[in-house]
Amino acid sequence: MRQSRIKWHIIVFLAPAVLVYTAIMIVPLFNTLRLSLFTEVDQERVYVGLENFRTLFGDPRWSESFWNALGNNFWFFFIHMLVQNPIGILLAALLSNPRLRFSALYRTAIFVPTILSFVIVGFAWKLILSPIWGIAPEMLDAVGLGFLYQPWLGLEETSLTTLALISVWQFIGIPMMLIYAALLSIPDEILEAGECDGITGMSAFWKIKLPLILPSIGIISILTFVGNFNAFDLIYAAQGALAGPNFATDILGTFMYRTFFGFQLQLGDPHMGSAIASAMFVIILIGVCFYLFAIQSRMRRYQF
Amino acid sequence: MSRTKLTAGLLATTMLVGTAASAQDVALTIESWRNDDLTLWQDVIIPAFEAEHPGISVQFTPSAPAEYNAVLNSKLDAGSAGDLITCRPFDASLALYEAGHLTDLSDLDAMANFSDVAQSAWQTDDGSATFCMPMASVIHGFIYNADAFAELGLEEPTTVDEFFAVLDAIEEDGTYIPMSMGTADQWEAATMGYNNIGPNYWRGEEGRLALIAGEQSLTDPEWVGPLEQLARWGDYLGRGYEAQTYPDSQNLFTLGRAAIYPAGSWEITGFNAQADFAMGAFAPPVPNAGDECYISDHTDIAIGLNAASPNADAARTFLNWVGSAEFAEIYANALPGFFPLSNAEVTLEDPLAQEMISWRAECNSSIRSTYQILSRGTPNLENETWNASAQVIRGAESPADAAARLQEGLASWYEPQQ
Repeated sequence: MRQSRIKWHIIVFLAPAVLVYTAIMIVPLFNTLRLSLFTEVDQERVYVGLENFRTLFGDPRWSESFWNALGNNFWFFFIHMLVQNPIGILLAALLSNPRLRFSALYRTAIFVPTILSFVIVGFAWKLILSPIWGIAPEMLDAVGLGFLYQPWLGLEETSLTTLALISVWQFIGIPMMLIYAALLSIPDEILEAGECDGITGMSAFWKIKLPLILPSIGIISILTFVGNFNAFDLIYAAQGALAGPNFATDILGTFMYRTFFGFQLQLGDPHMGSAIASAMFVIILIGVCFYLFAIQSRMRRYQF
Repeated sequence: MSRTKLTAGLLATTMLVGTAASAQDVALTIESWRNDDLTLWQDVIIPAFEAEHPGISVQFTPSAPAEYNAVLNSKLDAGSAGDLITCRPFDASLALYEAGHLTDLSDLDAMANFSDVAQSAWQTDDGSATFCMPMASVIHGFIYNADAFAELGLEEPTTVDEFFAVLDAIEEDGTYIPMSMGTADQWEAATMGYNNIGPNYWRGEEGRLALIAGEQSLTDPEWVGPLEQLARWGDYLGRGYEAQTYPDSQNLFTLGRAAIYPAGSWEITGFNAQADFAMGAFAPPVPNAGDECYISDHTDIAIGLNAASPNADAARTFLNWVGSAEFAEIYANALPGFFPLSNAEVTLEDPLAQEMISWRAECNSSIRSTYQILSRGTPNLENETWNASAQVIRGAESPADAAARLQEGLASWYEPQQ
């Protein structure tokens, strides 16, 4: 009895996922890339090659907006890396301490904002920081630091950093959970062996635990990178599509949205919008490739 | 067994409904973004129309304002849009007309009830075709807390100097925030700031049309003037106004914490419901005593006919009725603050609305300078004006620099300005 060459069961099991993924991810992605090569002249779609990209990078107005948004995006990412990961590691280290009481409670409380909608987070923080109804000015007043209060979301210098910190507040639970899991998976034997060699306390963390959780930190960084460069919701919920003040909080996502769908009197331009979306795709692709080939392949793995 | 009965019952009901619908001659559907007005249409406007026109039934089916343009476009492309289409002013509707989705309505009798300015928002650039029946406009000015004015012994200012004297007096007293506006959402700075006080500087339609024709530029004193006034506003706004949003400003005023609110007339209904003090309104103060006054009387909403509608005749009947004095009276009184555009004499019961509409007799009407033609390109002049006005109020940019930037942006794509 000959078995048929084609393993039908594999195809059958893969089919639903492949079909759904193709229909809602791959086709739209390539369609967006395709759309960026067209423009509309007198209600007709015309092929223009890379003309849209030439406008985006060559026209001083477009390119200024683009570089502004890209710069803001990097700053947004930088704040996340600077604040979110160290605090995430710190929280995870504290939570994994067996002597800590109520750790399940803390873990849940810190993770909860992650499951909230951007709109709720944006709105809640807008209210907290509001100069009129917010509790931020009163709280600072109560401890005699009222002079420190500024309408942070409304000032060009501070608004982007404030939003980045709000986003960190929301997503701190994810690095915390991933690193917590990585810390728990470190076998006690290794730590005990270290103790025999005189490595305890803080130095055990720096010399044993940190190298072992580095792969997790790498994953978190790349997740943060992709998340940040695709970000849109929080800025839109807190500052609107015009990403005020004076485009200080404009990131690629809001820039793409304004261009693609139009805003107020500006009619949408799906073709320029697609060009921006394609640029975003390329930026994220470069980032992910850099991570995969330059970092992950060099990362050492430990087998316990 | 019972399921068969149920199915049969459902079938029977469907047939009944079917016959009921076909007994009426024509059913019209209206697309709109005004979901706030749903009850008004259902309870007042549509019954009034149906009573006069048996045989035509009307359905009002609004969608959410922010999604309206997108929803409408996809419905029109799919051929499932209603017979009557509520028109946004200017380019959004012009694009629909040019794409063949709206019908030319210039030949409707009721169109004669509307002035050129009223029709301008829904006309082709050469004015040869009007494709929507104008419904309402909004007027800009300042609404103030009349109790606070009485308490501080202040009078309605008529000139810019008097205006700032009033603001200084309120500031000095300290009980109230002189003026309630923020720059967080940016559009108030342009709409309730720049385009509110601007017409007095650029002499309304005269300046607006000269700008479109390329005879004036945004760096001329007429156009920098309003920015210079805005630059002085920053000192009179509340603490942290940089992060103050539009609803914040509304609440500050209706809670009685701020004395003056740079307003659009659409606020009237909300303010009447929220504020428990007496309110008054004054028109934008003129630069010099004795100057002629100009107001922004902005065309905002109209209604047009879907070119693919199978019920065009009934729809035309309805549109003619929308252009009538009767409709104007019903609409204006049900929605104080949305003023009818028709030439028909309308009396308003709301005192605040009556005050604002009375400016039409004293001052010259104009529409927002950035809306017609000038916001067609990239950068978009209206959106740029939001940014520039907010920047100027915050003191982040000088009026002259902001004006130069606006002019440069406009000239980059608009030929008459090059």
